[in-house]
Amino acid sequence: MEATPTPASHPEPNPKAAPEMAPIQFEEGSSLWKDAWRRLRKNRMAVVGAIILAILGTLCSLSPWISPYEYDATNLALGASPPSGDHWMGTDNLGRDLLTRCLYGGGISLLVGISATAVSLTIGVIYGATSAYIGGKVDSFMMRVVDILYALPFTIFVILLTVMFGRHIVLLFVAIGAVEWLTMARIVRSQTMSIKRMEFIEAALSLGLSKRRILLRHIIPNILGPIIVYATLTVPMVMLLEAFLSFLGLGVQPPMSSWGSLIKDGAEKMEEYPWLLLFPGGLFAMTLISLNFLGDGLRDAMDPRASKD
Amino acid sequence: MLAYIVRRILETIPALLIIITMTFFMCKYAPGGPFDSERATTPEIRKRLEAHYGLDDPVYVQYFRHLGQVLSGDFGPSYKYPSRTVNEIIAESLPNSVELGFYALLTALALGLTTGLIAAMFHNRFLDFAPMAIAMLGICLPTFVLGPLLILFFALQLGWFNVSGWGAASDRVLPALTLGIYYAAYVARLSRAGMLEILSQDFIRTARAKGVSELRILFKHALRGGSLPVVSFLGPAIAGLITGSFVVETIFQIPGLGRYFVTAAFNRDYTMVMGTVIFYASLIILLNLIVDIVVVWLNPKSRFE
Repeated sequence: MEATPTPASHPEPNPKAAPEMAPIQFEEGSSLWKDAWRRLRKNRMAVVGAIILAILGTLCSLSPWISPYEYDATNLALGASPPSGDHWMGTDNLGRDLLTRCLYGGGISLLVGISATAVSLTIGVIYGATSAYIGGKVDSFMMRVVDILYALPFTIFVILLTVMFGRHIVLLFVAIGAVEWLTMARIVRSQTMSIKRMEFIEAALSLGLSKRRILLRHIIPNILGPIIVYATLTVPMVMLLEAFLSFLGLGVQPPMSSWGSLIKDGAEKMEEYPWLLLFPGGLFAMTLISLNFLGDGLRDAMDPRASKD
Repeated sequence: MLAYIVRRILETIPALLIIITMTFFMCKYAPGGPFDSERATTPEIRKRLEAHYGLDDPVYVQYFRHLGQVLSGDFGPSYKYPSRTVNEIIAESLPNSVELGFYALLTALALGLTTGLIAAMFHNRFLDFAPMAIAMLGICLPTFVLGPLLILFFALQLGWFNVSGWGAASDRVLPALTLGIYYAAYVARLSRAGMLEILSQDFIRTARAKGVSELRILFKHALRGGSLPVVSFLGPAIAGLITGSFVVETIFQIPGLGRYFVTAAFNRDYTMVMGTVIFYASLIILLNLIVDIVVVWLNPKSRFE
C-alpha cells in the first residue's frame, strides 16, 4: 500500500454540480487545498514562521558552499573569540567558526527532524489505514496494541536504544521515528473511519470501484490535511528529542554537531564565553517557535471547524 | 466506571511485561558487554564474573530468573558499582528526584493555573494576549536552553543562587523553575482553553442570568470542568517531568536518580539501566493509571462512554 499520493490531486466529488447551460465560470468552486492556502496566507504568524524556516533551511543546507570555514576546522591560535567581522558569531575554544557550526548543526538537526518524521509518518499511515481498512477484530486488536504501547515511556526507550545500539545518527532517527508513530496511527485511523462512512464512499462502492482504489484515491487524499498538520507538529517534537539526547551526550557525536550538542558545549563554557550558548540556543528556539506557529496555522487552515477561537 | 478501571488495570500488565522483556533482550543482545570496559579482563576472570552473575545459563533460564527477581522488586547488583545493588542506588537517589519533581509540578500548577484563569477572565484583552505570548515562548524554550540561561542570569550575573548543587534550600529554586516552566506554560494554555469552552456553555449563562457573581461562576461552576484538560495532561506531564529531570539533574549536578540513569546509560551499566528503565516505566504507567481514573471521576460525561 503506497501511503503518499501526490497532494496535487483533489478528488473529492463536487456535490453542487453546476447546471450545464451556465457560461464558463472563472470562479471555480474553491477546493479544499485552495481554501486552506488562502486561509494560511492570512495567518501572519504562520507566514513569518514559514519564511524563517525557509531561510534557515536554505542557509543550513547550503552552508558547506557558502561558508568560508570548515565546520571542524580548528584555529588554536585564535581560540575562543567573541563575535567579530571575520566570525559573525565568534569562535569556540578550539577556534572553530560558530556560525558555520550552527548552520552545519542546524542541517543535522533539521535532517534528523524531517527523516524521523518521515519514518513515523510512513509507519503511522500504513498502520492506521490498514487497521481502519480491515476493520472488525483486527482493527480493535491493532488499536489495543497502540493503547498498550502508548503507556510506555518512549523517551526512556530511545535512550535505551541509543545506549544498546550505538550512537549513530541513522539509528538516532530510526529510533525516534519508530517511537513517534503512535499518535499518527490513531489520527489516520479515526479519520479513515469517519470518511469511510460518508456518502461519496458509498457512491464509489456502488459504482464498483475496488477497495484499494477507494483507499488510495478517495480516502487518503481526504485525510492528507490532518496528516500534514500532525507531521508539521511532529518535526519540532523530534528535533527537541534529538537535541535532548545530544545534550545528554547520547545523540550526535563529535566532531559532528547538532543544535543540541552545540547547546551542551555552550552551556559548559557559558561563564567565560556566553555567545557559545546564546547563538545556538537562540537559533534552536526560533526554529521551534516557527515550526509551532506554522503547524498551528496549518491546522487552522486545514480544519475550518477548529479555527474558531 | 468500575469496568473501566478494571480494564485499565488489566492493560498495564502487558505493558509492564513488554517493558521487562524488551529491556532484558536488548541488554542481552546489545553489542558490547558490561565487562569489556576500559580494563581488559583475562578470559578466566571473565568466566568467573559471568558465572557469578549467572550469565552462563541458557537465555530462557536467565529471562525467567530476571522476571522473577524484577517482579519481587529486586533489580540485582550494579555492574559498575559491584558493591551496591541497583535498589540501594534507587533508594538513595530517588528522594532528591521526587523533591525536585514535586517543586516543579507545584510551580507548573500554581503558575500555570493562575495565568490560565486570568487569561480566560480577560479573554481577548491585553491580560489574555501577553501571558499567552509568554507561554508560547515557555513552550519553545527547552529545559537545556532555559536552565543554562537561568544560571547565567540569576546565578552568575546577579549572584542570587548557587550555580549548582543540592545543599541549601535556595538550591531548589532554579532547578524547579527550569523543569516547571514548560509545564506551567502548557497548563496555562490548557486551562485557558478549557475555561473558555466551559464559560461559553448554557449552564454558565443560566448562572449569570440568576445573578451569580463572576468570581463564584469562575471558581464554583467553571473550574471543575475547565480544569479537566489540565488533569488529563498531568499523566504525560509527570512522564515528561521524569525525563526532564535527567537534563535538569545533569545541569545542576543534583544527586538524583535521573543523573544516575544518564551516567549508567553512558557507562553501559546494563543492570542499572534495566533497573531504572523498569522502575521509571512502572512509575509512569502507574501514575498514568491514577490520572486516567481521576479524569473519569471528575468528568461525569465520560462515565457513560
